[in-house]
Amino acid sequence: MQFLMPDIRPLVPEIVMTVLALAILLADLVIKRKETLATLSIICVVLVASTFSGSLGTSFGGMFLSDGYSMFFKIVFILNVILTVLISVKYIGVEKVNFGEYYGLILFSTLGMMIMASAGDLIVLYLGLELMALSTYILAGFIRHDIRSNEAAIKYFLLGAFASAFLLYGTSMIYGLTGTTNLAAISEYIKQHGLTGNPLLTLSMVFLVIAFSFKIAAVPFHMWTPDAYEGAPTSITAFMSVGPKAAGFAVMGRVLLYALYPIKPMWTSVLIPVAILTMGVGNIVAISQTNIKRMLAYSSIAHAGYALLGVIAGTADGLASMMTYLLIYAFMNIGAFAVIIMLRSEGFKGDMISDYEGLWHTHPGAASLMIVFMFSLTGIPPTAGFMGKFYLFASAVSAGYMWLVIVAVIFSAISAYFYLRIVMFMCMREPRQTVALSISPSISLALAITLAGVIVIGVLPAQVVNLARIAFP
Amino acid sequence: MEQVIANSLGFPVLSTLIFLPLAGAVLLLLIPRAQEGLIKIVALFASIAAFIISLPLFTGFDKSTHVMQFVERHEWIPAWNINYSLGLDGISILFVLLSTLVTILCVLISWNSVKTKTKEFYISLLIVEGAMIGVFCALDFFLFYIFWEAMLIPMYLLIGVWGGPNRVYAAIKFFLFTLVGSVLMLVGIIVLYLYSGRTFDIVELSTRVYPYQMQLWLFWAFFAAFAVKVPMFPVHTWLPDAHTEAPTAGSVILAAILIKMGAYGFLRFSLPLLPDASKAMTPVMLVLSVIAIIYGGVICLAQTDLKRLIAYSSVSHMGFVTLGIFALNMQGMEGGILQMVNHGIVTGALFLSVGIIYDRTHTRQIADYGGVATVMPLYASLFIVFTLASIGLPSTNGFIGEFLIILGGFTSNQWAGLLAATGIIIGAGYMLWLYQRVFFMEPGPKVAGLSDMDARELITLLPMVALIFWIGIYPDTFLGFMHKSVEHLIERVNTGGMHGPAVARSIIEVIK
Repeated sequence: MQFLMPDIRPLVPEIVMTVLALAILLADLVIKRKETLATLSIICVVLVASTFSGSLGTSFGGMFLSDGYSMFFKIVFILNVILTVLISVKYIGVEKVNFGEYYGLILFSTLGMMIMASAGDLIVLYLGLELMALSTYILAGFIRHDIRSNEAAIKYFLLGAFASAFLLYGTSMIYGLTGTTNLAAISEYIKQHGLTGNPLLTLSMVFLVIAFSFKIAAVPFHMWTPDAYEGAPTSITAFMSVGPKAAGFAVMGRVLLYALYPIKPMWTSVLIPVAILTMGVGNIVAISQTNIKRMLAYSSIAHAGYALLGVIAGTADGLASMMTYLLIYAFMNIGAFAVIIMLRSEGFKGDMISDYEGLWHTHPGAASLMIVFMFSLTGIPPTAGFMGKFYLFASAVSAGYMWLVIVAVIFSAISAYFYLRIVMFMCMREPRQTVALSISPSISLALAITLAGVIVIGVLPAQVVNLARIAFP
Repeated sequence: MEQVIANSLGFPVLSTLIFLPLAGAVLLLLIPRAQEGLIKIVALFASIAAFIISLPLFTGFDKSTHVMQFVERHEWIPAWNINYSLGLDGISILFVLLSTLVTILCVLISWNSVKTKTKEFYISLLIVEGAMIGVFCALDFFLFYIFWEAMLIPMYLLIGVWGGPNRVYAAIKFFLFTLVGSVLMLVGIIVLYLYSGRTFDIVELSTRVYPYQMQLWLFWAFFAAFAVKVPMFPVHTWLPDAHTEAPTAGSVILAAILIKMGAYGFLRFSLPLLPDASKAMTPVMLVLSVIAIIYGGVICLAQTDLKRLIAYSSVSHMGFVTLGIFALNMQGMEGGILQMVNHGIVTGALFLSVGIIYDRTHTRQIADYGGVATVMPLYASLFIVFTLASIGLPSTNGFIGEFLIILGGFTSNQWAGLLAATGIIIGAGYMLWLYQRVFFMEPGPKVAGLSDMDARELITLLPMVALIFWIGIYPDTFLGFMHKSVEHLIERVNTGGMHGPAVARSIIEVIK
């Protein structure tokens, strides 16, 4: 029997990532200064990113796809790692959890996301999802001495396990129906055998959508989000709100628009109520929050609802707008979390909204940055948040979902209330306590990158839009 | 015939006007906050420079054509076919000039009254100026929306940080009202964009024909944004709070420029893009305008707060403006546009005046005043000019505007004209009564010993006095700008939709 060596070029970024992540885990044993590991992690992901350009192609008989679509998501993941590491360096010291495996776990989690984005097969998808999820569970509970962090990890783990079960169940039913787990083959089989009205196929689609909804924190599968976001170390909250969410959207787009495209009417009729609920619950519950991390958790739920519009549109522009939005969301959300982290110092939690009272008077710089991120999250021009929302709304309207967009803009206007509440606390109240900021060069760099992202994409979005659009030739 | 006239001034005048204040804001950012004097001077120079740069628009404008002038056009987001394109016509030019003038006065009036966070105050003010000018210059609907929305941020801060006791409530109310209206307009813009084959070009869009049903939907989508800004009855409730709580400069900008943007939106978008729907909706708009005129006026009679009274008078005056616009005839529309300028000048001046006395007494209650004329005779004599202009006494600008509007309104609908005229009588009632309560009688304890205006305050008010009489006595300087543009707009509304070129074309085909 002849053994055919598969083409490994499409996997080079993942292989490099695996090797370097293992190397960083080992380096932890010899390196005493953990800050060095942070630098090494960033070098590591930059190296990984440098292998992207030569990696386009398909391998392992269509199980692994490296295309423009996966590439765009991988860029978001790499950006997510860089920003997360930059805001972590000082912070994990303050939380007294300055351990080396922190960085290794971030890299492994990101490796999982990259595999998810490239998955051309439901099994590979599951593999990537589990690698990402397991690493993130540990990271969520990384502050071992803090009960809330433990709670976050347990909750995230239990509900995440449920999601995995749903995914496997859906996969097994699809395999039973079509005899394959390959996404392209599934789509072929459905078309050839006229399975579009098959109730079992619909059920398995619903199961897959439920699994993905857990990952992107869509209502009603969002229950873990507020607790996990609040309890997890803030840097990991930032990481979780961007990475796993983007990865969830990547597989959702791939599975629904690739494998299950023949039953698009079915899954749009599931996703539309999910999207409305997600925007509704996220935006309305966020109004009554007193903890800023919880508020941003609900805000993150709401933003998943907006991004779902792109998937529902189901066009090339729809997906491109969803991708653009996730990239923009990475900048503005991590930026906001970076400001939250600056408020955390020895003996001061700084995660209550009331801690922000009068921040503009005591620390105008930090507060001004927060104002920019809040307005961007609201979607007010000339920030990137507006461009992202505009693209999403435009592609949804052009796909014929105008009424859904009207619902979305109304919720978007409601969201102004709680984002502006932060601005109001910072600018329009007198400071009640003196807040010391923990500023470090790395967090300043992270803030500079996120601010530049929010403003530059807001004023000149052409490049990013083109990047997302070339993913669909 | 060519569609636009390129800018011939040798430099991109409109871009300069938009970005000069923004550059000023960046410059302020770099000045240490302790040097308040320097901050104020830089802000003043930036605003004066913008005003000087805007003057060539006044002299270089070609009044003999309706097409866009001083046009600049650059590719911005090619993927979405969005261009950075700017230009002015007879409808927008006056507002650009008014914006640059008013900003100078706002800087001057805030000189001593803004004591906290001076730096951020002037930064916000200059950003507002840039965005305001952008709104009036934009020839791309997307660009217009950017400026339209971007202005909310600094305006929210101006009201919320430097405003009166109830400022936080007023600021968020202002923001949410405007935002809800704007996002509905955004959906309308997207629909228009997709229908027209993906273009945001205003000149291009206003030559197309849209199905009547779609026009109706779009009309109400745009109405949501513009009516809130104007503000028309029944979505006017944010205005009294915002105007009252805002610092003087904020009130002046709100009254003089910001609420004009709503009426400008009707003129620039609703009418030329959706002519059939606009015509069909005229009765509704006239009724809402008349309600605003009378209801706004009657409410004024019950006010005990100086700024609140002037704020409600804005509701009444803006009712005149929308009445004139939706009379859909030459007199009404020209009167409406002129009245927008007039209201900007007069109400701006009234808010400036209130700011001057508020700096001395720190009370806005009318009951606390009385006898101001005795201690501040110069102030009282200027205030009476503004009062009479607000009422619309002949030889002041208010007369010309209101006269044209009522003439136009009467031609369009007799009842509308008749009822609007009663609005003027109510206006005379509340303004004169206000003047009587504040300026006549014996000086009260809070008023006794006040010093009259100083030179800085006088300089802030004098340009307004000059403009009031200039427009009142020789309005043609200003009306001349708009004749051609308004003529063209009315032609578009009357022949628009299916009855215009499309019908002509089909007739020609039949003949063949």
